[in-house]
Order: sequence, then C-alpha cells, then structure tokens
Amino acid sequence: MKYLLSLLLAAAATPALGQHNHAAAEQLVTADPHAGHQMDEEADDPHAGHDMPQSPSGPSDPHAGHQMPSTSATDAHRAHAGHEPGIPDPPVAPPSAAALRGPDHAADAIFGAQAMAPARETVRKEHGDIKSGMILIDQLEAVMGKGKDGYAWEAQGWYGGDIDRLWFKTEGESSFGESPERAEVQALWSRALDPWWNLQAGIRQDFGAGPDRTYAVVGVQGLAPYWFEMGGALFLSDKGDFTARIEAEYDQRLTQKLILQPAAELNFSAQDVPELGIGSGLSTAELGLRLRYQFVPEFAPYVGVRYERAFGDTADFRRARDEKAGGWNFLIGIRSWF
Amino acid sequence: MTQTIDRRSLLRAGAVGAAGLGFSGLFPAWAQSGSAGLAGSPGLAPQMPTLSGENIHLKIANTPFTVGGRTGHAVTMNGVLPAPLIRLREGQNVRLHVENTLDEDSSIHWHGLIVPFQMDGVPGVSFPGIKPHTTFVYEFPLLQSGTYWYHSHSGLQEQQGHYGPIVIDPAEPDPVAYDREHVIVLSDWTFLHPHQLVTKLKSEGGYFNRQRQTLFGMLRGGPEESMSASDRAMWGKMRMDPTDIADVTAATYTYLVNGHGPQENWTGLFRSGERVRLRFINAATMTIFNIRIPGLPMTVVSADGLNVRPVTVDEFQIGNAETYDVIIQPTEDKAFTLVAESIDRSGMARATLAPRMGMTAPVPPLRPRPTLTMRDMGMGSMDHSSMAGMDHGAMAGMDHGGSHSMGSMNMRDKSLVPDSVKVGVGVDAIAMSPVDRTGDPGVGLEDVGHKVLTYRDLMSLTPNPDTRPPQRTIEVHLTGNMERFMWSFDGEKFSEGVEPIRFERNERARVVLINDTMMTHPIHLHGHFFEVVNGHTGSYPRKHTVNVLPGGKVSLDLTADAPGDWAFHCHLLLHMHAGMFRVVTIRPLEGDAA
Repeated sequence: MKYLLSLLLAAAATPALGQHNHAAAEQLVTADPHAGHQMDEEADDPHAGHDMPQSPSGPSDPHAGHQMPSTSATDAHRAHAGHEPGIPDPPVAPPSAAALRGPDHAADAIFGAQAMAPARETVRKEHGDIKSGMILIDQLEAVMGKGKDGYAWEAQGWYGGDIDRLWFKTEGESSFGESPERAEVQALWSRALDPWWNLQAGIRQDFGAGPDRTYAVVGVQGLAPYWFEMGGALFLSDKGDFTARIEAEYDQRLTQKLILQPAAELNFSAQDVPELGIGSGLSTAELGLRLRYQFVPEFAPYVGVRYERAFGDTADFRRARDEKAGGWNFLIGIRSWF
Repeated sequence: MTQTIDRRSLLRAGAVGAAGLGFSGLFPAWAQSGSAGLAGSPGLAPQMPTLSGENIHLKIANTPFTVGGRTGHAVTMNGVLPAPLIRLREGQNVRLHVENTLDEDSSIHWHGLIVPFQMDGVPGVSFPGIKPHTTFVYEFPLLQSGTYWYHSHSGLQEQQGHYGPIVIDPAEPDPVAYDREHVIVLSDWTFLHPHQLVTKLKSEGGYFNRQRQTLFGMLRGGPEESMSASDRAMWGKMRMDPTDIADVTAATYTYLVNGHGPQENWTGLFRSGERVRLRFINAATMTIFNIRIPGLPMTVVSADGLNVRPVTVDEFQIGNAETYDVIIQPTEDKAFTLVAESIDRSGMARATLAPRMGMTAPVPPLRPRPTLTMRDMGMGSMDHSSMAGMDHGAMAGMDHGGSHSMGSMNMRDKSLVPDSVKVGVGVDAIAMSPVDRTGDPGVGLEDVGHKVLTYRDLMSLTPNPDTRPPQRTIEVHLTGNMERFMWSFDGEKFSEGVEPIRFERNERARVVLINDTMMTHPIHLHGHFFEVVNGHTGSYPRKHTVNVLPGGKVSLDLTADAPGDWAFHCHLLLHMHAGMFRVVTIRPLEGDAA
C-alpha cells in the first residue's frame, strides 16, 4: 500500500519532470559510418556491400538488415526515426494489478520458503546494513611552555550503523610525572540528523584534580559548510551547574600529505563554579594550529602551537591560585586512527 | 604508500621494461602472457584450452594470488584468476556444476545471460546460494551469443578474484569478421580485505583519494588545479569534493589485465594485417576504465554482448560489468600498448599487443586527474564551460535552473523529486537540472583531443525486437552520501526493507534513471536487456549494464519478459553493498493464471 500510495503521489508530482525528454537526443552524432567497411570481406556480414548512411542523424539503413523482420510498421518507424522527436516519456504510473499477483517471492516455489528465508535475510543485511567503527586519536601531544611541560589528549571513537552509533570521547591534560590534572570521558548515543550532522546525548564523567563531576550531555557534531568539522555540547552537572562547549577545526591541505589544521574551542558557563575554578560567561578559549604530515591517513605526526586563556571570573580564579590567565604552548604530537 | 608512488612514477616515466616476473600456473592458458589467442579463432589451430561442452565443472576455493611480487589471498574458480574462459555455442544446453569448497556461502551469477530466474545466481533473490562444501548445478539453454562474464554474488567475493569471462559463439555465421581474438578481462586487485575497504570508506569517505586539490597545488597551477578560488569555495560550501571521482583508487589497487599487473605486462600476439577482435570485460569491483591503444583506432562492434553498427573510436569508457568487443587492425610490425586508465587517473592497467613476445611500446604517462564540473553536479543547463555544442538544443527544454544564482542554490531541493524519494541522511544532493548525458563521453573525457565513444554512437546491428512504445515511466533516483559512504536508490537502502520494483509480464515500460550523485554509476538489471533511448528509435543499443553519468539521466526502454525475481543494482560492488540494490519482480510467473 505504501508503495502504491507513493507511486500515485509520484504520478501527481512529476509529470513535468518526466516531460523533459531528449531534445538533445535528436541531434545525433553517429561516429564514422565507414567503420563497418573493414569488415565487408566477411561474406556473412549483412552489411557487406552496403553503404552506411551518411546522414549524421543516421537511423540505420532500413535495407541493411536482411535478418530484420520485414513488418512494414517497423520499417516505417525506423525510416522516420531521424525526424521524429523520439518517443516521449509516458506518464509515471504504478504497476498494473497483474504485476501485483502471484507469490511474493518467486524462488520459494522452487527451493522452498524455508531455504529462501535465511538467504533473503542475508541479502537484505548485505545490501546496506553495514556496521562499522573507528577510533580517532585526534590529538596526543606533548605540551611545552613557560611552566612545567605536560601532555594532552583528545580522542573519540564510534561503532554502529549509518544512523545510530555508540560514541565515546575523551580528553584531558596534565603535567609530566603527575596523574591527570583534568580528564573527562563521554559515553554518547549518536543519531544522524541529516547528511552531515549528528545529535549526541549521554553522560560525561570528569576525573582529576578537584572534585569529580558527572554530567548529562546533549550536543551536535558534524560537518559544516566549507568543510569545518564542528561540535557543540551542553553539560548539566550532578550539582546543577550548566556549562557549554563549542569546537571547530579545519583541514587545510597544503599538499596531499601536509595538512595545516587550525582549531578553536570555547567554553562557557552559566554560573561560577569556584570549586572547579570556572567563572560564568566565556570561561576559556583555546586556539591551536597544528601542521601534520600524513605518512598514511591513519598516522600523522605533527607540530603545533596553542594559545589558551581564561576570561572573567575564571581568570580571577587562576590568578588567585598564582596561575597565569593564559599563554602560549608549543606542541608535538601524533594524530592517528584505526 | 611507497608502493603506490613507485608504480605511479614508473608508469609516468614510461619505463616499464619486459618484467618477466615468473608467474605461476595461476593463470588459465588464454590469460597467460604471450597468448596467441583463443581456441576456435578463425585461422588459428585451436591451442588454448577452455571450458566447453554441455557439462562444465567449476570449483570455488581459497587460493594465493601473486601480483607485483607480492602474494595475497584470493577466492578463485578452478584455482585461477581470472576464472577459466567458458566458451559455449548459442543454442546448446549447458550444465554447470559449481562446487563450493569455501567455509562460507558462495554463488555464481552469469552476467548478461538470459536464463530462468532460478538459474541467475543471486542468493536470497533467485536461489538460496551455494552452501559451504556443496555443489549446485546450474542448467540452462544458451539463447544468445557474445561476450559476457560470470562472478560471485555473495558477500564481496568478487573483489577477491571470483570472476571470469564467457564467450558464446553465434549459431549463425558471425557478422563480425576477424582473424584472431583475445579476451581482455580488466579488474582491480587489493591486498586489503574487502571489508577493510568498506570500514575505511565509512570512516573517511575520501580515504583513497590522494589527488585532492591543495593550497600549494593551486599556487603552482596546472590542469589538475585549474579550478578558480570562487569555484573551490562554492564546492566547499556544499561539502562536495570535485576530485572525488573514484571511491577506491590506485592508493590500494593494482589494475589487472587478465590477472596481470602493469609490470607483468600481459601480451597478446597478432600478425601484421590481421583483424584482431578484443573482447573487453570490466570485471573490476570499483573501477571504471578509460581504454585506448595509442596509434590504433578501435572499431566497436558489440556492446554488452550484442552486435552494434560498427563505430570507430580512439577511446572508450567502460563501466563495471559492461563488455565491448572491438576490432583492431595493426598493419605494422610493431608493438602497441593497451592502456586502461582508471577513471580518476590514479593508475592504469597495461598490456601489450605485439607480433612477438618481448616487444613493448611506450607506456603513456597518466593524464591529469579530471575535476568534476557543474554538469556533474546536476546543473547541466547552468554549466557553459564544459558543454559540447550539441547540448545547447537540449538546454532550452531542460532549463529549470537558469534563474538560480549561485548564492541561492539549494542542493537538496526536495521539491525536485517525487515523494517516493526519501530525502534523508543518505541523500546529500539532488540534481537541480539533470540532463540526458548519453552524448557525453564520460567524466574526464570531454577534451582529450580524439574520438571517444558515447552511448549515442551505439546502434543495434539488428532491429530492436520489441517496437511497442512504453506505456508508463518508472523513475528511479540514484542517491548517495559521499561523506558517510551511503548509497541507495530513491534515498532508501535495500536493507531498510524496501518494496520491489514491480512489472507486469511482457509490459513495455520506460525506466528513467536520474543520477543525483556526483559519481558515475553502472546500473545493472538481471535477466534483461534495456534499450538505451539514445535517439536511434528502433535501433537502440541493448544493454544489461548502463553507465549513468553524474548529474545525468538516462531513459531505458524495457520489455519485462522474464518472469521471476531479479536483482537490480549499481555494479560498483561497494555501492551495492552499501545499499544501492533493489529486487525487480515480474508477474505473473510461469504457470500462474494470467
């Protein structure tokens, strides 16, 4: 029924589309009509001795085919072929009632429904129901600056079909020789919204210095026009704090293997969260520029720079801890996926 | 990676010597380099064994396969890649005993042969498949003649080597005269497991594309980087890559002629002055080839097994599963290189035609990678730069888009497609004004400076058997999402439980394929020949597989005369695997009340 209905709708919606037929097809260009002469020696060639038509609109020579059925209708049709506008597209229409009769599956009558059912399920799955997965370590880097050198990472992975996927993300940062200062892990369900964007929802768990927090997460991730990889998420902590994050990055190919990647991240908070050192408003911003060399797409070491700083109350919290509000870092790292 | 670079630079330098790597007995005799030709060739003593007769035995097995000095895992028939040539005669009956020694299901589909549906070899559609360690016997009469092929329709076995050629000699004397013939099976080989190809493409749609536009490239200029900055921005805005010509490329593929890589240089022999029939079969998984023999024009005499009015060309594009027979007549005592460039020009299959073994001819360098145009984007009437003169007549009638400015383009305008098309996640574009591209030579071949075959050049040698005008149109949109590597008809993957496309037995219908994607799709209907509506009313070329160019449309007339269930799909194997597949039903069946 669904099919019938959609075809009826199609019939109503598309005749105009269907009518744009092949004006172009009338301006035929037949390649060299003499080509066949190479074969004229073959006695059995029905074209032997016949001249091929010279007309560029050349319907085939009505006399060429000794084998052709000599119904006058066919001859007349062919003779006019070069002058007719061709047979226009008939209207879009659903199949006839007779086309709907008979068994659903023709092979069942020969091989048995029992043998065919599992094969039919396999063929369904094998034509579109692909499950796959990926782990992307986008950044795994040494962070060098005025203070103590440290390390940072940002990675994500997914598994699933085209529409629904399980998605995890993790990022964090610390100084060498210390346990993570800041680390978070997200476990998300991801659902494709359109060709480029995914809706993601789940939980985030933070570890590291300060009190651990658990958050509910809802966000979007995808590909914006001009090939910007973007993501945005809202976080609601188990203490009722609202925060948000926006990220964007862009791959500028300098050569097939050398890629310059500017990236930006902004963090916002709806309120001061002193125990985490977060102030309301724009709390932190980070700009990065990484130059990577893709030996293969799956493995690309890079160098880069990063400028990160805090704003407003967040900056004040940092200064209160005798830290700087922001600064530059030099990065060396690896991007990899598998 | 280094392997790719090496092969590429090797080819660019034209420095491929007579490699003479010792190949094993993995090749069937006709595919051995130095082949004098096929058994039964007129004027030659039959010297090449083939599988013929009424009973043919094929054994599907895991086999090692070596190319370019490296050995990988293949799935072969009778231990050879490609599989043995099956040579039969029109009018005979044949029983094909197919033994599956694999630990998984297998199958053989006889591509292009008109057989009862239960012999067509598509698991889950025409039969249950061939279970591990069992034998299935196919039996049918040969109703036709010409060049065809056979391959697995199970999983992705075809990518692993499960394909071979079929030649059926006509019952009546052949209208094509020739002194010698060679079968040319083109294919693509990878040492990756086919499922790895899929995983990589799902992770990164452009994974295998190593010929993208780059900033340094743009500054340097050149034919591959001639697109203006504003056009680049426009493509970028749409999240479309104008260099995305092939999903899988020479980054992993070695392109084969009769199982031989470019370095192994398969060589077919001829005597000067002979008319040589080359039977081209594109058995590749994901590769459309552009074929030429520098210095030798080719006269196309048959397409998809059926004779056409001879037409002489310098080059032709062959989609996956298409076959073309050409006649060449070398009159000099010298070697010629047969070049089969992949459509994206990342690599080539290469062979030599020569009077004697050991002779070679220069191998031309790969030509610049083509760049997609507005026409490929489905804005045929808006693209003035690449339009051939003959198309201007078509513009007036087809111009939906003349009033659109670049700024207001909606590349997914749902109002342009019927409601039957589900414009969802799997559809990243809808062609704004698709045009008939049967007069186009194929992506990248518009300006190559010599005659390239188009579908409009093809006319059936014999009148079309059914001249009834079609009574209804069935419109099918070819849809996809390049980023997510999703492919479908009408926006729905086969796995989503779609309705079959239904025909009444013997009805005459027109199938209009509209390509909303920016890739060429070779579309194949099992059990039938389409007539390609190309202006030659009554003498349309009849084809089992039709290349639909990006942003283009093609009208196909069909006599639905084969009752049963049939597969209908894109023959880019991974597109089919991703969902670009349908079942076509034709009722009533044999014996059903009409």
